[in-house]
Amino acid sequence: MRDSMFWFWHLMAAIVILIVLSIHFGVMHLEGILQMFGIMSAGDVRSYAEVLVRAKTVAYLVIYLLLMWFALYHGFYGLRSIIVEMSDKMSKAGEIVVGWSIFLFGLGLAIYGSYVIIAGFVLANA
Amino acid sequence: MSGTTDSYKTNFTETKDIVFKIFRYEPDVNPKPHFDTFTVPVVKGWTVLDAVMYIKENLDSTVSYRASCRMGICGSCAMEINGKPRLACQTQVISELRSKEVVIKPLANYPVLRDVVPDLTPLIEKHADVRPYILRKDKKVEVNPKGELYQTPDQLEEYLQFSYCIKCGACLAACPVTGADVKFIGPQALTQSYRYSVDTRDDGFKLRLEVMDHSHGVWHCHFAGACSEACPKGVDPAFAIQLFKREITARKFGKEVEPARLARQPADVKRRENIPYAPEKTVKQ
Repeated sequence: MRDSMFWFWHLMAAIVILIVLSIHFGVMHLEGILQMFGIMSAGDVRSYAEVLVRAKTVAYLVIYLLLMWFALYHGFYGLRSIIVEMSDKMSKAGEIVVGWSIFLFGLGLAIYGSYVIIAGFVLANA
Repeated sequence: MSGTTDSYKTNFTETKDIVFKIFRYEPDVNPKPHFDTFTVPVVKGWTVLDAVMYIKENLDSTVSYRASCRMGICGSCAMEINGKPRLACQTQVISELRSKEVVIKPLANYPVLRDVVPDLTPLIEKHADVRPYILRKDKKVEVNPKGELYQTPDQLEEYLQFSYCIKCGACLAACPVTGADVKFIGPQALTQSYRYSVDTRDDGFKLRLEVMDHSHGVWHCHFAGACSEACPKGVDPAFAIQLFKREITARKFGKEVEPARLARQPADVKRRENIPYAPEKTVKQ
């Protein structure tokens, strides 16, 4: 994949993050405002019962999977860019090694994160 | 010397003493750079180049600088003036800088040859890398076209602004990414690459993409906008780079561009007798 596609997905990831992170922030941190407008039901969003309700919901499963995958891609693409920029004496082979190392590390985190989110969903519905 | 000084004096109406601190570096004599200070009686209307010429002619003949046209066309006299890359010939000392002290340094992000003379090799090499000329698949049309290539005024407008580049190098000196990453292709070359890529007569987009579409290419621009601020000709390289990103992405997703066709040579017309023929080519092919 050429850098043009990396960059394109970097932008797409930013858009997805903007949407799902807004939902996350709205629910978890701005619940007072949302409750004031009647968008959310009153109650402590961090209580065990509320967390369990969210964990059972397919919509939240999708939101958190999207947030994690796209945030990982967005962040690690940025990290790669910084490393490549700050190491201008690095050879082409070095850049490829850095790129693949970051990709594999990110992939490992994505698999582990997906497992945690999906396991939470399965356990909550058991 | 006296004649030159007199010619300056004849134009004096009201002078203002301005202190000029000029970066001095002569690697063969003294590898340590330093600043020399000169007090120059500046007249309203003088540019920094006028003041530097005054210094060379009247105060210190060893001061080295590069200049040619004195009217913002050749781009030779780009230097860092009070912290910003500018053309010395276009920078008014009194009305623009509004400072009692003017600090002159060579352009940043280039090796220094001597004093305020930078080595512009990185600029020229990067510029050459993007093949800044019309490329065609049909080499006969590229090298020796038998007619004009169609282009509408609207199509000309697409790249006209970006063709005003005078290769002064101010944009590279201002670019923070070039400062951090010497491999970065830079705003000047990227702008010229875009300028030719959207020229309807050109068909070299894919060839240029090889130079642009990598980790030190077009995607590495942080969009700081310093290049556009520094450009003395209003080329706006930062804008060109963002347009170029959009163009590359659009073409990746299937945008097709047909290069301009050769206009047919007019038939059934007779040349008027009083129109002279073009002189013979000096280079025979």
